[in-house]
Amino acid sequence: MEKEKKQFYDKLEEKGVSRRDFMKYCTFLTATMGLSASYVTKVADVFAAPAQRPPVIWLHFGECTGCSESMLRSTYPYPDDLVLEILSVEYHETIMAASGEQAEDNLHSAMKKYDGKYICVVEGAIPTKYNGAYGKIAGRTFLEIGQEVCPKAAAVIAIGNCASFGGIQAAAPNPGGYKGVGEALNIKPVNIPGCPPNPVNFVGTVVNYLLLGRLPKLDNLNRPIFGYGKTVHDQCPRRSHYEYGEFVEEFGSEEAAMGYCLYKLGCKGPETFNNCPVAKYNDGTSWPVEAGHPCIGCSQPGFWDKMTPFFEEL
Amino acid sequence: MAKRIVVDPITRIEGHLRIEVEVENGKVKNAWSSANMFRGIEMILQGRDPRDAPLFTQRSCGVCTYVHYLSSVRAVEAAVGVEIPKNARLIRNLLHGAQFQHDHIVHFYHLHALDWVDVVDALKADPSKTATLSSNVSDAPWGGAPYYKQVQQRLQTFVDSGQLGPLNNAYWGHSAYKLSPEANLMAAAHYIEALRLQSRAARMHAIFGAKNPHLQSLVVGGVTSVRDMLKPDRIAEFKHIWKETQEFVERVYIPDLLTVASHYKDWGAIGGTTNFLAWGDLPQSEKEPESLFLPRGVIFDRDIGKVMAADQEKVAEHVTHAWYEDGEARHPYQGETRPKHGDYETGGEKGSWEFGEAKTGKYSWFKAPRYENRACEVGPLARALVAYGTGNKAFKDVVDRTLKHLDVPVTALFSTLGRTAARGLETMVIGNAMEGWIDELVENIKSGDTKTYQSWEMPDKGMGYGLNDVARGALGHWIEIENKKIKNYQYVVPSTWNLGPRCKGGVVGPLEEALIGTPIADPKRPLEILRTVHSFDPCIACGVHVIDPDSNEVYKIRVS
Repeated sequence: MEKEKKQFYDKLEEKGVSRRDFMKYCTFLTATMGLSASYVTKVADVFAAPAQRPPVIWLHFGECTGCSESMLRSTYPYPDDLVLEILSVEYHETIMAASGEQAEDNLHSAMKKYDGKYICVVEGAIPTKYNGAYGKIAGRTFLEIGQEVCPKAAAVIAIGNCASFGGIQAAAPNPGGYKGVGEALNIKPVNIPGCPPNPVNFVGTVVNYLLLGRLPKLDNLNRPIFGYGKTVHDQCPRRSHYEYGEFVEEFGSEEAAMGYCLYKLGCKGPETFNNCPVAKYNDGTSWPVEAGHPCIGCSQPGFWDKMTPFFEEL
Repeated sequence: MAKRIVVDPITRIEGHLRIEVEVENGKVKNAWSSANMFRGIEMILQGRDPRDAPLFTQRSCGVCTYVHYLSSVRAVEAAVGVEIPKNARLIRNLLHGAQFQHDHIVHFYHLHALDWVDVVDALKADPSKTATLSSNVSDAPWGGAPYYKQVQQRLQTFVDSGQLGPLNNAYWGHSAYKLSPEANLMAAAHYIEALRLQSRAARMHAIFGAKNPHLQSLVVGGVTSVRDMLKPDRIAEFKHIWKETQEFVERVYIPDLLTVASHYKDWGAIGGTTNFLAWGDLPQSEKEPESLFLPRGVIFDRDIGKVMAADQEKVAEHVTHAWYEDGEARHPYQGETRPKHGDYETGGEKGSWEFGEAKTGKYSWFKAPRYENRACEVGPLARALVAYGTGNKAFKDVVDRTLKHLDVPVTALFSTLGRTAARGLETMVIGNAMEGWIDELVENIKSGDTKTYQSWEMPDKGMGYGLNDVARGALGHWIEIENKKIKNYQYVVPSTWNLGPRCKGGVVGPLEEALIGTPIADPKRPLEILRTVHSFDPCIACGVHVIDPDSNEVYKIRVS
């Protein structure tokens, strides 16, 4: 274990990441996960000396692959660390080398080899109209595939608003009868909504599982409380402008340049549970309100119907 | 006797794609491209607030994020009649340039490279010879024998773990892989470097666009990221990341592309198509199409000496072979989206697998767009040909230099290799131009112009379209507004141009055409199909079954 850790830190140095940077990341992740500071070194150990690489089967259904792309934007751990050293990604259509029958074989052999032990990540919603005819892989409907793969997993993680709650294709009139994974398959996955979600909320959930051997605490919509326990509004750096009644009334105005509250332009922050203002996106670079755009409520169920028109006040 | 091969799912793409080909005498004789998912976003848009359309349509694709956002916001702006300020145009172009850089790098390394690079063979490489090769062909910031040894060791540890994950069960060891173990190791190392680089490059989008994927800073009338624009450190940070990314393109991507291409020159005569369409993009002023950095035009019958003006009125979508209610070919303004799912019917020979006699001949969720009734390839190759044909200096220089370097004729552009090369070359050309746009933005702000938004009012009625050229090709959005709501919304996307099914007249789509004539060394491991399919950078996914029409047997394809 000590030897592995040393090798790990040597490798980090080669990549230009100092031990200090790495510990800073782990502290941030530990805090995001809502764990006490005493867990920081343990979180670090999950990366530094993983006891095993847990097998992951990642399914794509009715979606846009934005959630996979969002995970590929993880900067610590870098995506190559996630794929080569932390997880064992047995099936993932966007990155796997094999196609066709060989790809299908990978799915089936992983399910057999790791029966009851794999983490199943689902990206995308499941169409239910015409017995699921609106979405197929290798001649089988998404619905059939989900029914086969999800129940045999140790844990199911629904990533993104589509897998969590149906997402955009479930918006009215929902032409394909799309549903979130939990509802379509009658199971209780961990939901990591967002359009797409912040990779830190996925990594936090997985690290929690690796570290403590269980999934994080969930809210009534099955979202990890560490990421989705507070509203965007409550954590917003523009909150004081709201309290003082300082609002942006039009894009391009002086108030917009001063960074006033976007409530009157339709910001859905008060009704949206997510950690965007704190975690921010792309290595903490920004988030919608910082870019002057109202929150659209993308981690809430049915936001494409319930939060629209987006630019009208709540 | 012809054999049928079905690849479903096609992996390393966005979405769900099924490819079926008929192979005779070692070559593809006929091909069918089938999109396997219907989401219905156009139907969902009807009756909604037009201002919301860009946010909805952006969710068409998370790989080519931003592009529908941009095209949609332009369509709505055309319909309501608003012209955006200069700063908004520059910021949108910078975000679009960053999208080209990011998307093309990810496509080359993570979606396409494994069709040419045998990663498992890299384990046999001599790290010091790899270091020599690397310093001969590229100016990469990493290298040296210890570096390559470490990468090789990392791969070896991964393979030894027995958990091969995404590398499991692919076509490793296939006779069509031509690179030396050293070249394979170099490419594998750069695959990993590119994986990290793309994560950093995406931060350009976060700077002016809040986040990536799925940016959130465009509104009808301009952009919202005014505070980011006004902070010098934000602009400096953008420039810093732009520079790191562009250095990667010049010092790693292009040299890798040329190295791979020099081993696969035969692919300069495989996978070509006939007609090409580019809407053009990256406006340098309010004048379109004159000011477009990527020019607009159409080329028929490979006649690059004769680039014609492209007119959106000549576009029509056919549904004869798609799972929609039958009807006439329609222009997008008159377009309908009335799904009618039926059996998958490619009209195979009697007695063959699941095909039987075709009753409907419908086999895809993609409609078939046509320009003057012609199937047109769109994307990097179409753009490079239109630019080359119109004498665009930036494109002509890099294309001529590349042809000379590889010692291949200009006709080699009409191919799988030409398509893959054009993507890299355009990344370089666009990336180079971005610096000027950053400087222009800075100068404009310095001159006192900080406007990022133009006010407008929603009309009761209006029609408009946005024509764009995005990473995967020509993209158009068409909107009709009535009673301040969306009455009709249609978009014609690059992947329906490239991967759509046959049209009413039975003429094959560009991918189907490109696949015909492709050599297949081993029908049970159709690596060659993946090369041509991936060269189009499809945005839709696969499984391969080989069908023997005589025995009706579906071969299970296994590769250890």
